[in-house]
Amino acid sequence: MYQYNEFDQRLVNERVAQYRDQTRRYLAGKLSDEQFRPLRLMNGLYLQRHAPMLRIAIPYGLLASRQLRMLAHIARTYDRGYAHFTTRQNVQFNWPKLEQVPDILADLASVQMHAIQTSGNCVRNVTSDHLAGICIDEIEDPRPYCEIIRQWSTLHPEFAYLPRKFKIAVSGAPQDRAATKLHDIGLYLSKNETGDIGFEVLVGGGLGRTPIIGQPIRPFLEKRHLLSYLEAILRVYNLYGRRDNKYKARIKILLKELGVERFTERVEKEWRQIKDLLVLDQAEIDRVENHFSPPPYEPNVAAEEILDVHKQHDKSFATWLIHNTGQHKIAGYAAVFLSLKSPTAPPGDITQQQLDAVADLADEFSFGQVRSTHRQNLLLADVKKSDLYNLWQELEALDLATPNVGTVTDLICCPGLDFCSLANAASISVAKGIHQLFDDFDYLHDLGDIKINISGCMNGCAHQSVGHIGILGVDKKGVEWYQITLGGSSENDASLGDRLGPAVPKDRVVDAIATILKVYTEQRMDEESFLAAVRRIGIKPFKKQVYANH
Amino acid sequence: MQIIKDKEIIEDHWQHIADDPIPPEGCITVSLNRWKAEKDRLIARDGGEIGLRVSTEDSLDEIADDLKHFQLIALGFPTFTDGRTFSFARLLRERYHFQGELRVIGDFLPDQVFFLSRVGVNAFEFDETTDLNDALSALNTFTVAYQAAADEAEPPYRRSLSKPTEGDASM
Repeated sequence: MYQYNEFDQRLVNERVAQYRDQTRRYLAGKLSDEQFRPLRLMNGLYLQRHAPMLRIAIPYGLLASRQLRMLAHIARTYDRGYAHFTTRQNVQFNWPKLEQVPDILADLASVQMHAIQTSGNCVRNVTSDHLAGICIDEIEDPRPYCEIIRQWSTLHPEFAYLPRKFKIAVSGAPQDRAATKLHDIGLYLSKNETGDIGFEVLVGGGLGRTPIIGQPIRPFLEKRHLLSYLEAILRVYNLYGRRDNKYKARIKILLKELGVERFTERVEKEWRQIKDLLVLDQAEIDRVENHFSPPPYEPNVAAEEILDVHKQHDKSFATWLIHNTGQHKIAGYAAVFLSLKSPTAPPGDITQQQLDAVADLADEFSFGQVRSTHRQNLLLADVKKSDLYNLWQELEALDLATPNVGTVTDLICCPGLDFCSLANAASISVAKGIHQLFDDFDYLHDLGDIKINISGCMNGCAHQSVGHIGILGVDKKGVEWYQITLGGSSENDASLGDRLGPAVPKDRVVDAIATILKVYTEQRMDEESFLAAVRRIGIKPFKKQVYANH
Repeated sequence: MQIIKDKEIIEDHWQHIADDPIPPEGCITVSLNRWKAEKDRLIARDGGEIGLRVSTEDSLDEIADDLKHFQLIALGFPTFTDGRTFSFARLLRERYHFQGELRVIGDFLPDQVFFLSRVGVNAFEFDETTDLNDALSALNTFTVAYQAAADEAEPPYRRSLSKPTEGDASM
């Protein structure tokens, strides 16, 4: 993974000093609440319901074991012993003290981490495919480009006060696991007719109040033009994006109002004027790429036999293997998902003890690295198949082996009304209720791949509009209600869910989900997935059953 | 009144003229509207230098041909979160090659002067409550930067002197 050089380290250290001074001036009354607000947001600090929330960047979801241990240390020292992983591969702490944040940042800087631009109206953390570098269908590893974009966007002097937040994702594989089409800029590494690798550029995707799927504005961009093209898009957005209404300020609205052709024309015109001034040199690509060379694998084709023996003896292990491990491009290796969706903890949460233990497991089994995923789980990317049984036992003991990855209970969930000052309704308790539907894993596994996303308000942090089942908390005269959508997707076939009908009250939302799942099992054909079934039969049959008795 | 110019606190000798009559002597700035309305008279005036106040709602294309008449351009922040000012400054320096004084006025913070200086602003006119020494030291917040901008034509990987070297940071 990328290692800071002296230059990178100095920048992060200077950012800590700057933020320490800003905090001091705020506490001394020299900066007003209003003035401090964008400054603290650009450093990931929200003022929340109970305490500030600090969001820390995990660039494209990659963590070294010593960084995990630092997160454990922060959870212990400054928080209440746990951390929360987000859908954008970042991590959040819900109980830090405002005056201690500069110390937290200094601790983070000591392990090459920061909270730069994890919030605010600026370019946010770049996200990517959690299987980058190990999946079999990859055109090229996207992480070097993510790192190049991270550096370019970090403290960019021109784009720190955009009309609204700005998110970029890069996918290196045809199968999209990074929700690339739902970003302000989505980049797919792709090959042109002559076999050169470059980027397909999409703009204007985004969730929140007005969910929109991104549109392609350039089918192929040479690598050398990556940064100048991004700069052209950002400049057009910075100059012409709406600033009169924060709900219409994202680039997707500019794209919609101008139309994709006029928008593209403006970007291309701007780009032509700067493309020779800002060239991404191959030498720089090579320098960054060197940081992502494959670890010293020991390919072993015979590992399957060892696995077979364990599978026969231990049904729980066999079940876990099916759901929580994935294919690896090297023979004898597997990718292992650590489920942060145990029935006993809020989705995405992890304790300091678990963080330390995962760091140890990463050192022992996966070259000292861990990844966070878009669906709020962790991943050990490079585990020898011959180690899987041992690893599984360790994960079982840590409550990180719930065999539910990719199933109904692997749900994406925001902190909701329990923590967030924006929320209208609880989300964690709904997640818990859904978990309680499944005392039996066989039914869960029979349902197959179903993605449920639960957000506590219209800001849609849990991307409910692209969940196969989306649940959105709304406030009706001080009472929590939930709007349900069906048929959304954030993958290659990205689509927004359709509303099932009127919102349902809190005490009926879990029943409604149970009914939806029942309709699916009654109506599905053969191996048909939930999403495919919804797309075939529409929402009517679901609607009829859910609202039958009301 | 004092301002920061070229990293020093100096006494300002410019007057911002609104709807008042144009004084015969002294350095003055006018709005784009007034410039358009009284351009010939202002060019003919020989009692002092002319500056232009540009708001974030104005278009740079409109003033491109007139830049040679201005010794100063004052970019006005309607609110400190209006980031168009940063693109305006950079375009004025890098695309329109404006060589005169580029000043920011209006609602902005000492915390923004580092980025502003990177996009080409060389003068800062704060309100009277701001401690100019704080603002002056904020110009040195960072000693490194990843991007090429108005102050630095090349990104770090092209700068021979400050080019990052591998493996220097202690892990």
